[in-house]
Amino acid sequence: MKKVAVVGVGETKFSGPQTKTEVELFAEAATEAIAESNLKAKDIKALFIGNALGDIEEGQGMVASYAAENLGCHYAPANRYEGACASASMAVRDAFMWVASGYYDIVIAGGVERAATMGTGLATRTFAMFSDARYEYPSGVTFPAVFAMLTHLYADTYKIPLQKLREQMAKVTIQSYKHGAINPKAQFFGKNADMSVEKVLGSFVVCTPLTLHDCCPFSDGAAAVVLASEEVAKKLTKKPVYITGIGQASNGPLGNQNDYLPRIRARELSSEQAYKMAGIKPQDVDLCELHDCFSIASLIAAESLGFFDYGKAGEAWEKGEADIGGKVAINPSGGLKAKGHPIGATGAGQVYEVARQLRGEVEPGRQVPNAKIGLTDTLGGDGGTLVNMILERGW
Amino acid sequence: MEQKLYFAQYNEALKQNKLLGLKCQQCNAITTPPKMACRQCGSPDMEVIELKTDGKIRTFTTVFVGAEGRESEVPYILVIVELEEGPWIMGNLEGVDPKSVTMELIGKKVKMGNKIFAGDIYSAGESARPIFTLAG
Repeated sequence: MKKVAVVGVGETKFSGPQTKTEVELFAEAATEAIAESNLKAKDIKALFIGNALGDIEEGQGMVASYAAENLGCHYAPANRYEGACASASMAVRDAFMWVASGYYDIVIAGGVERAATMGTGLATRTFAMFSDARYEYPSGVTFPAVFAMLTHLYADTYKIPLQKLREQMAKVTIQSYKHGAINPKAQFFGKNADMSVEKVLGSFVVCTPLTLHDCCPFSDGAAAVVLASEEVAKKLTKKPVYITGIGQASNGPLGNQNDYLPRIRARELSSEQAYKMAGIKPQDVDLCELHDCFSIASLIAAESLGFFDYGKAGEAWEKGEADIGGKVAINPSGGLKAKGHPIGATGAGQVYEVARQLRGEVEPGRQVPNAKIGLTDTLGGDGGTLVNMILERGW
Repeated sequence: MEQKLYFAQYNEALKQNKLLGLKCQQCNAITTPPKMACRQCGSPDMEVIELKTDGKIRTFTTVFVGAEGRESEVPYILVIVELEEGPWIMGNLEGVDPKSVTMELIGKKVKMGNKIFAGDIYSAGESARPIFTLAG
């Protein structure tokens, strides 16, 4: 198997509803990534594009082919990936395998979404399509409701008073907002830096006990990364970022995950694969972009990824152990909660952030000093799809 | 290979307040809702059984922001119930004020009935859903 490097990255600003089409958004991110790689669009052998809901957002299916043609990758094979919020990470992982196999030497992977354009009602309906349509949606499950139920289950399982847990979750939000406020690509750039525990707890209730500030926003945006074989990467850049570990696992309806909940078993298996492949342990990770669609999701993820003991992640956030300068810097981009969550693009956005952190290129206020190893963590549905990737400096 | 129990039969039974599941003939695990293969060991060697509908609440939430087409239903309580025989199923809790439920709901025993979700333009028709009420 060949070594595979990220040689260039691109990303649109993540935002609320806007007027650029999905094809245009992806082309913007991809062209930036290709230019940064010192390549031309015609050099790209294949495209791997995450897109969860384009059919409903714009009435556009098969977005990958249109995006390929739009950005100048004429006649290149272009695949669309749908794994809910993990779509782009699935795309990057598959792109990795095609390059690792030696079949392609240069590909682009990423994703695009216009979730915000749908508005709250339709976005809530369509996101619920990633729960079980026959056995769970009839009861009116929504995405915030899944994580709201996991919050109550978490409090009960680890015997943490709900008010205490809610305060710990507010700390997650505050940390994410702090970093997102100085990330120009973030949806909440320049916003929410003065958030307090009281304001988080006092914002309107979406699903008990989750308030608006426990939830990530709906977002439009795109992200893309160029992957190349080691041989090609060395010619293109002095700072190749190698993908050294990958993992992916799936799971069924939320109710059938009962042997492990509030732990997400698919994440434990996926991250184990990635750690084993890279030959590292959780304590070797300098920064982690993890799937904080809701504040509770950060705690659940950080525990399953091996950073903190079960039931203890909230304390870690309170002590700053999950921030820059702590045990592991979690979501220095602002994460889904502040950077935004254009679901089909989110995983590629995580790779974008980790690559730039390892290259030492982000804003000084949120740069993880001397970062060498980064982990991405992307969750689709209510634990139905989990993807993890480990990236390391190649210089 | 035919599945031993399909959604359609499960749904029709639920409308009669009967909860169907599958018992694995290899490992004895109970699977519900229905699947081709046992959720524990993956064997398709399962037989249809009728499950007891008694259970206890494992978690809950009150939903204040509904999906498009279901705005008029809020606020409503979603629960995940652990059935006496082990499986967890999702449903709604009725008969209590959605705005006043607390963590004390967890562990409470419930009885199961059903209501029909008529479906919308995205769902291929109607589905019955479990409606729970506090027991005793």
